[in-house]
Formats: sequence, C-alpha cells, structure tokens
Amino acid sequence: MSTLQISPAGESTGNAGRQVINDFSIQVATVNGSGSQTANNVLMRSIFQMGIPVSGKNMFPSNIAGLPTWFTIRASRHGFIGRKKEVDFLVAMNGETAIEDVAGLASGAACVYDEPLKLNEQRDDLHFYPVPFDKLVGPVCPQPKLRKLVRNMIYDGVVAYLLDIDMEEMRKALFKQFGPKKIKAAELNSGALVAGYDYAAQNLSKTDPFRVERMNETAGKIIIDGNSASALGCVFAGVTVATWYPITPSSSMMEAVIEYMRRFRRDPETGKATYAIIQAEDELASVGMALGAGWAGARSLTATAGPGISLMSEFVGLGYYAEAPCVIFDVQRVGPSTGLPTRTMQGDILSTALLSHGDTQHPLYFPRCPEECFSMACEAFDLAERFQTPVFVMTDLDLGMNNWMADPFTYPEKPLDRGKVLTADDLERLGGFERYRDVDGDGVGYRTLPATRHPGAAYFTRGSGHNAKAQYSEREDDYVNNVDRLKHKFETMRKFVPAPEIELDPEAAAGLICVGTTHQAAQESRWQLRQEYNLRTSYMRLLAYPFRHELVEFIRRHEQVYIVEQNRDGQLLALMRLELDPGDIARLRSVRYYGGLPIDARTITDSIVAQEGL
Amino acid sequence: MSTTATPPPKKVNRLGLEVLSYKGSKTTLCAGCGHNAISERLVECFYEMNIEPWMVSKFSGIGCSSKSPAYFLNLAHGFNGVHGRMPALATGAVLANRNIIGLGVTGDGDTASIGIGQFMHLLRRNLPFIYVIEDNGVYGLTKGQFSATADLGSKLKTGVINDLPPFDCCALALEWGATFVARSFSGDKRQLVAILKAAIAHNGLAIIDVISPCTTFNDHEGSTKSYSYIKEHDEPLHELDFVPHFEDIQVEIPEGSSHDVRMHDGSLLRIKKLGRDYDPTDKMSALRVLHEAAEAGEVVTGVLYVNTQKPTLLDMINMVDEPLATLPTERVRPSREALETVMEELR
Ligand SMILES: Cc1ncc(C[n+]2csc(CCOP(=O)(O)OP(=O)(O)O)c2C)c(N)n1
Ligand code: SF4
Ligand SMILES: [Mg+2]
Repeated sequence: MSTLQISPAGESTGNAGRQVINDFSIQVATVNGSGSQTANNVLMRSIFQMGIPVSGKNMFPSNIAGLPTWFTIRASRHGFIGRKKEVDFLVAMNGETAIEDVAGLASGAACVYDEPLKLNEQRDDLHFYPVPFDKLVGPVCPQPKLRKLVRNMIYDGVVAYLLDIDMEEMRKALFKQFGPKKIKAAELNSGALVAGYDYAAQNLSKTDPFRVERMNETAGKIIIDGNSASALGCVFAGVTVATWYPITPSSSMMEAVIEYMRRFRRDPETGKATYAIIQAEDELASVGMALGAGWAGARSLTATAGPGISLMSEFVGLGYYAEAPCVIFDVQRVGPSTGLPTRTMQGDILSTALLSHGDTQHPLYFPRCPEECFSMACEAFDLAERFQTPVFVMTDLDLGMNNWMADPFTYPEKPLDRGKVLTADDLERLGGFERYRDVDGDGVGYRTLPATRHPGAAYFTRGSGHNAKAQYSEREDDYVNNVDRLKHKFETMRKFVPAPEIELDPEAAAGLICVGTTHQAAQESRWQLRQEYNLRTSYMRLLAYPFRHELVEFIRRHEQVYIVEQNRDGQLLALMRLELDPGDIARLRSVRYYGGLPIDARTITDSIVAQEGL
Repeated sequence: MSTTATPPPKKVNRLGLEVLSYKGSKTTLCAGCGHNAISERLVECFYEMNIEPWMVSKFSGIGCSSKSPAYFLNLAHGFNGVHGRMPALATGAVLANRNIIGLGVTGDGDTASIGIGQFMHLLRRNLPFIYVIEDNGVYGLTKGQFSATADLGSKLKTGVINDLPPFDCCALALEWGATFVARSFSGDKRQLVAILKAAIAHNGLAIIDVISPCTTFNDHEGSTKSYSYIKEHDEPLHELDFVPHFEDIQVEIPEGSSHDVRMHDGSLLRIKKLGRDYDPTDKMSALRVLHEAAEAGEVVTGVLYVNTQKPTLLDMINMVDEPLATLPTERVRPSREALETVMEELR
C-alpha cells in the first residue's frame, strides 16, 4: 500500500478553515461484550467503500465481557495502514476509561462522548461533541434488552455526520454486515444510525478539521482478517488433515478452516469429506497428529500460538529428525497465557526457528498481509512435502485477528508439489530404495508412504539413530552423516524459500530490515525519515527463514542496518547473528517495540533518529 | 544315479507368504523379556490371519516395549515416536490413510504414566486401531522405576515398596470408550493368540493389556508382575477360540456353554464358559469383574468387552472411502469459481 501516489494537496488549507482529509485515526473506546464490533466494522467498511485506504485494529482484553476495549480505524490517503500512534478522533463510550482516554489525546483532537460523562470539563483544547445515547436509543429500540447493542450504531450515525461519511455507504455497509438472513436486525440498527446522524445534524456544530472525501483507491479490493486468509490458503493448498487446540489468536483461523472446508471440500457425489479435522486434547496431540498424518502422506496442518509452540517442542524435533512434513501456523501473541494473550507480538521468531532438542532448524514464512497469508499457505505445504520437514508460517495477532483491505487472492496455478514419494511402480522399477540416502545431492531422500502395496516399500522411522538405510544405528559416523545431511537439506532450502522484497536507495547509508506486520509501520517510518529528517533509507523485508544470500548483500551495501521488530530481545537480529560474519554483525542496529500493540511508525522513526544522532 | 532331493515345499499362508515375511529384525531386548514373546505372537497372528504385512503400520512410544516393533513385521512401515504420544501419531496416520491397519505397541509407563492423557483421549475417539500395552509395572528402559500400573505394595529390587494405587488400563478403556478390551499374559500363548486375532478382526479401538514380565527389573519375590506371581494369580475368565472368517466355522459346541461374538470381518470369537457365566458384551459386568478381581488380588484375563456396533472415528468424520493422502489435486483444491465466490462476498 505504500506505493500509492503521495500528493501534498489537501494536506492543510490555511489555519482557520484547516481541513485534514482522509488522514486521521478514529478510536472507539467501549467495553467488550457490548456488541460494538458490528458498529466498528460498519464504520470501517463505509470508509473503505468510499475508496479511501483504511485499516481497523481491535485492542481487546483477555476476557469475555465487561473490560475495556478499543477499536482504532485509520483512514490514510497515503495508503499507510499501520497503527497510528496518535488518536485524532475519539468516541468515548466507556466511563471507566474515558478520563484517561481523553487525557491521552493531542491538542486539537476531537471527542464524541456519552453526555453524562461530562468529558468537556476535562480539557479545553479539544473539540467536544456530547451525545445523549440513552435518550436517543429508547425511541428507535423498543425492546430494552437490545438497547445496549443498538446504542452503538448511534455513534456510527454521529461520526458519519461529523466526518462527512456518505450515509448511503453506511447503510450499505450495515446491511452487508448483517447479511441477508438478519434483515430485521439490520433495519433496527439502521434506525439507530439515522437517529445518530439526525441528532448530530441538529445539535452539533462541527469545529474539528477531520473529514473524509471520496477517493478511488479501494476499487475491487476485499476486506478480510489474516486468519480467514490463512484458512482459505490452506483449503486451496489441499490440506487433508487439520488438527488444533483452541488458543487465541489462532482459534478463529481453525474455525475458518472448518467453515470453508465444509463449504468447499465435500465430495460432490457422495457429500463425504475430503478431509479430516480433529480438535485435539492439547498441542502435544495436535502436532503429533499432524506429523503422523504428514508421515502417512497427508497435507497436514495445525495452528497455534506461543504457549502451544512450547508444548509442541519435543514432537517438532522428532519431525525434524524423522523427516515428516507438516505445516504449523503460529499466530504470535504476547505470552504466557497469563501475560497479555490478546495483544500482538513477533515473539516466537527465535523459538520456532530452533524449536526442540539437539541441532534443529526449521523453515519459517513471514506473511505481512492477507494476500500473503493465502499465498504462503500454499507455498508452505509445498515446501514441507518437498523437504519432508515441519514448516512454520509466522503470522501474528495484528494480522490474524484484524480486518485488512487486500487485493482479491490469486488462484494458485502451480500444481501441488508432493515431493519425493516412491509408489509401488517406482519400487518395482528401481528394485528398492534407501530412505535416507541423498541420491540427488539436495539432502532430501526418497520416501514411501505406509500402505504402499509392495514388499520393498516399508522402512522404520525413528529419530536420529539410524543410517542411510533407516536401520537402527548408534554409530558416530552414521549420526554425523545424518545430521550433516539434514544441515545440507536446510542449506538447499535457502534457494527454495521466497526472495526478500528489496527497495534499494543508491544514496542511502542506512537500511531497514523487518518481517511480517512490521512492514506497514516500517514503510511509513521511512517516509517520515525522508520528509522530516531528509534521511534516505533502503529497505528489505524478509519473507522467510532460512535467510537467502540477499540478506548479506543488503547488509554490506549499507553502513547501518536497522533490524526492526516487535519483541524485547531482538529475536530476528539474534537469528542473523547465528550465521553472519562479525563484520556484518557490526553493521546491525536494533529497533524494538514490545508494548503489545501493533508497532507504529513514529516509534521506529524516533528510535532511528536517536541512533543516527539526528 | 544322481537324484536331486526336492526340498519340502515351503509353508505359506493364503497370500503365498512365508512366516519369514512377517518377522522383524533380531531382538535386542533381554533374554526372557515378556515383550519378546508378544512379538512372536504378533508374527504368528498376522501370518495366520493372512494380512498383507505392508498394509500394517506399527506405532510406538519410548521404552523397551516401544522398541519391539522393530522385531516383528519388517515389511510394515513403523514409526517409533516420542514417549507417551504414540496415539497422536497413529491417529494422524490412520486419518491420512484409512487403508492402514494400525498397530500400536507401548509400555505401561508409556501409556499409564507420561501418556495417560493421550491414552484417555484415544479411547474416546474409538479409532480403528490395535493397541497393545506390554505391561510390566516398571520402566524397563530407564532401569526399573515404578510405573503407574505398579500394584500397591509391590516391591522393587531395591526394596522400595509402591504406595500409590495403580491405574487399571482395562478399566479405563472400558469406561472411556474402547470397543474391544482384553487382558492377557505374555506366557499364555493360546489365549494371547486368540485375543490378538480377534483384535485384528475388530473394527474399532482394541485395547489389549498384556502382563509382560521384566526379567531384569521386576521378576523377583515381592513383585506382583513377576512370572511366578502371574502364574499363580492368573484367573482366565473363559476359554477362547478364534475362528477366522476364511475357515469353515462348523464347530460343535454344547448348548449354553459358550458365547459367540461375530466380529466385523465375519470371523467368530467363541467364548467358552469356565466356571462363571460371562457376557463380554455387557460393560457393567466387565467393570464389576475387574473390581472384584482387584479386591481378591487376582489377575483376570480374557476378552473383557466387545462392542461391534459403535461407530468408529472414521465413521463419525464421514470421510471419503479413498485414502486422504493420495487424493488427486482436483479433489482437494476447490475450483476457481469457489475462490471467486468468496472474494465477492468480501468485497
Ligand atoms: C520425554 C521423555 N521423558 C523421559 C524419557 C525417558 N524414558 C525412556 S523409556 C521410559 C519409561 C518406559 O517405560 P515403559 O513404557 O513401561 O516401557 P518398558 O521399558 O517398561 O517396556 C522413560 C521414562 C523419555 N524418553 N522421554
Ligand atoms: S529391561 Fe526389562 S523390559 Fe527391558 S528388555 Fe530387559 S526385561 Fe524387557
Ligand atoms: Mg514398563
């Protein structure tokens, strides 16, 4: 999205009549369980429908109902969809947090609030808009039980008036949100929407500068959360066995897998499933089932988050040594379970890359957007089967659980790569095989699947204690040969994983490197550095681990290379240190954010500015 | 006058395979270990049941018992997994390919200690799978510590007395959903063969707890899992005859003294009364027998329970008949139109 045309027009037009068009963030502060999600999605979608680049981020507590929740919508004509640090337009619906919410606003921000909260007494440098929500909701919603929910749609109406959002788009978004089966509910909410709008039109006079204006930047695009995109990717990658144990933020991914599989993966003639999905008893079982299935030839999947990764550790090591494929989605979050489980983090980079005992290394994919969740799912299954090993796809809560605008997904044209599997006919022709012999020089042996009808098909699978013929061995040379071959296999993978995305600025002495969702903020930060500090930077976004040769080349082109990531300890940087030369390591600098929210551009900019001594 | 002596024709089963085709590598377990006897019975049973060995997949956890799949059925794939988690591997594999004849071999530590969680959940799912527990009351491979099936009061070689009550894997299996539950003794060839054959014929989860003495760490005076203790306390519930579906099953049996169970593949499990009346399709009486035996310090052996009606995991999932693992692309990748439909919904 950062490739949009950036034009200064409309930035500000004088001081008194200053307008800020399509460049602000709205924050709605509510309590969870109050049903505000619908209203927030409608608000986001209507801005999207007006052709304006938009993103929505939900910050919610680990709780079912009653604790504070904030939903942030960012409209950006520049196409920046990372989190904006500053809130420009607050909708304060939660009395518990209202005073703090208002205190956090920058001077000149706007605030719609529930009238009895009397927030206007807090500050005199904001644009306040009181709305008596309780009075307004009565007439539009006769059933007292529903009022708590319908009330939310009133703020949508008020905001639509204040920001100049087209009410037709609001209505359209609302009916889309409720779907054809809930027309009654949609109509009830539509009444509330209009009531809010009318109240604002008659009682509020607009003094803040924020406004939307139609653009044409979202035509043809879709809105989807990363978890649904990952799920679709797996379904179209032909996953056949999927296992899981519920954990935020990965549960909604597996729930989407279940939904899409039911829709699209039943045999048209018999109605029978071309898949099996098991909700396992824990993550030890879910990954064990996935490995057993992969070993037996299925495209197998499991999804989890950090605590589940910890539990999977032993099995993933076995998968590595026994060379059984499976794909593991890690929707990263802050840990442990009693940490901030509903906040985002790039917290498992190091633990997944090296997960388990002995010398183990695993390939990782780092999608940054729904399109990549979809496409990388397909690639991950191919890689797992080609290299007969567990493969991780590292998304995070920000990507997985938030709604993103995206280009429609491209249908996967590449045939499935099922890897080196010998059939009974192959065995007949070859006269036999050695499971762990590196015949092709790529470190990958040929395997057979169980229940292959041939007397020469069987081999015995165990950890590292075997020779090339899969016979039991505790000999030093057999062990060393085997783990060296595994290392060689990992080296081969470097050429198979996707190349990084690179933007070289020939005049830049500094470069930024990041993975996944850090991308949005990193690109915006580069823009800020250029605009505000005249600092030119190059950019590299890694799409996968093992790192490819481009990484070292990029580092050597620059004096300082900032590794930007969302964890405290610089995990991505630590992973690079493991394989780089000291001279290259000396060029690396670290930019880290780890507060649990999606990283924002300003934080990166401030850190780089400080380190550059600007 | 030279005559070439024609060698006697080799003995083969109905598939034309010699018993050699069912053997494994040479065992590395201790001489006299009960586990070795069980491996031998497995070889015989699969041979005599005319099972294509390459259709079998062997699964195990970690332990002396879990090593044993290397010592039978070399023509079958095997997966020696991690300690206590063999059920997960087996579940995944059988889901991936429903043609697999799944056979798990595990120990009492592997199942009842570290693996009790996966064991219990396997029971609930009724996976079509044969699950053999080689039960010696100790961890053989780590040199003789108590496992969770060690009886109260049983004594280690070091003199340590077990003061925790045992898990009875058969009672757990009965309670939580296995559809074939049996207990046997590695030293009782005849009974063990009948039970294993019936388990092969069964469609559903078959749990077989085989008392399998550890000659090295748990075969002394004071142990309740020693050869001599089991020989003294073994109480067979009945006499078992297994008549496979491919044999003529006109066996004369006096009225009222036997209970026949027709297995899934058409075979007959003929249960001949010994002393007490026992109906192996009655779960409640099976549980009662186990509890009474525990009270009396007896080890009841035989087929405790058979249920040939309960749907298996595969039935419940309503999967296609072909193995999922080898479905062609067009059956596992939805169409272009399907993707377009979803995209349109999200616009
Ligand atoms: C995670 C883990 N913890 C501990 C061990 C060590 N260990 C290996 S075998 C074993 C016990 C096996 O006992 P059992 O299943 O009864 O088998 P037996 O040797 O008695 O046949 C233990 C504790 C291990 N391999 N893995
Ligand atoms: S230690 Fe015990 S269980 Fe292990 S092989 Fe020897 S006799 Fe068998
Ligand atoms: Mg044991």
